[in-house]
Parts: sequence; C-alpha cells; structure tokens
Amino acid sequence: MSFLMELIISLLLLSGGIFVLVGSIGLLRLQDFYVRLHAPTKATTLGLGGVLGASILYMYHLQGYVSINELLITLFLVITAPVTAHILAKVAMHHRVKLMERTRNPELVETSRAQLPPTPIDNSSDDKKAGTNREV
Amino acid sequence: MLDYTVMLVAVMLCISLVLNLWRLIIGPHIVDRILALDTMYINSIALILLYGIFNQTPLYFEAALLIAMLGFVSSVAFGKYLLRGDIIE
Repeated sequence: MSFLMELIISLLLLSGGIFVLVGSIGLLRLQDFYVRLHAPTKATTLGLGGVLGASILYMYHLQGYVSINELLITLFLVITAPVTAHILAKVAMHHRVKLMERTRNPELVETSRAQLPPTPIDNSSDDKKAGTNREV
Repeated sequence: MLDYTVMLVAVMLCISLVLNLWRLIIGPHIVDRILALDTMYINSIALILLYGIFNQTPLYFEAALLIAMLGFVSSVAFGKYLLRGDIIE
C-alpha cells in the first residue's frame, strides 16, 4: 500500500473516531434532552461516515472494486438518523420532558402539542403559564 | 501506520461506548435511554467496520448492515410505543 493511500485512510479513520467521541461526550455532558439529542445524531453520523469512507477506500485497495455494501450502509444511516431523531424529539415533547432554564418561549411546547399555529408571544404580561395561547 | 490508527480509533470507540452506557444507566427520562441505545447501535456499527479493516476482510459488512436496520427499527418501535401506546395500530 502506498504511503499516500495509507495517510488518507488513517486521516479519515481518525476524524471519524474523533467525531464519534465528541458526539458521545456531548450525549453525556449536555444539560437537556433536546440539546442532548443534537450531539449524537449529527456527530455520530458524521463519524460513522468517516469510518465508512476509510473502509470503502481500504476495500477498494484490497479488492480492486467498490462493493455495494458500504454504500448501502451509508445511504441507510443518512436516511434513518433524522427519522429517529424526529420521532424521539416528538416523544419528548409529548411526554413534557423537562426543559433547560434558558430555553426561550417554553410555552410554545403546549401550542405544538395541540398542533396549533404558533402565536406571537406577549412579553408585557407576566402570565407565561402554559396553555394561554389556546384561544384560536 | 494503519495498524496504530486502527488501534487508536478502536480505543476511542470503546470509550464512547462506555460513555453511552453511562447515559443509558443514569438517563433521567426514558427518552434519554432510547437515545443512548440508538447511539450505541451506531457506535457498534463503526466498531464492526473497524474490525473488518483490521482483519482485512469484507465479511463483516453484512453484519453492520443488519445491525443498522435492527437499530433503526427498534428505535422507531420504542418511539411509537411511547407516543401512541401501541406499535402497529
């Protein structure tokens, strides 16, 4: 194997491993479920993309042709990761998972649970209780 | 050089699997646990691909594809169950 090929494969593998590690650290360390959802669904998909790119290059070097399996795995993950994230965010919204304190417009969660269009926020009133924007 | 890189990336993936397991154990809500399980599926796919590179064989790609499909279907089934109380209505 030539040095350049090995260097490219190693760099792809290293970037993939670093992205996966960052995504898992984000999953452990972030504060809120909605923020925590952000870390692994992006970073881990990107990290797995790096490992898959390295694997495609290495197998192409080994066999002389690109097998369809890695491309299938890449396609499948790119399609399914946003679907999973969307369904998990929907579950969290309907179960009223606790929000972070800094979250802006938390009353829109109730509007979204009732599937109403978002209403403009009235900042003058102190009554920011949930469900005040229901009269549509 | 590639051998050392594969070893290093394997160590990184194992550390991230342990971190995901920690979130799976302590997760305050059940959605956190489902998310941690889904991330563990994806990280184990990466580990299997790495093992395929290490052994210089393309045999493990079918296993990775199978794990990807099962992980997606199980995560969506968990989500649908929590959302609707039933998986297939």
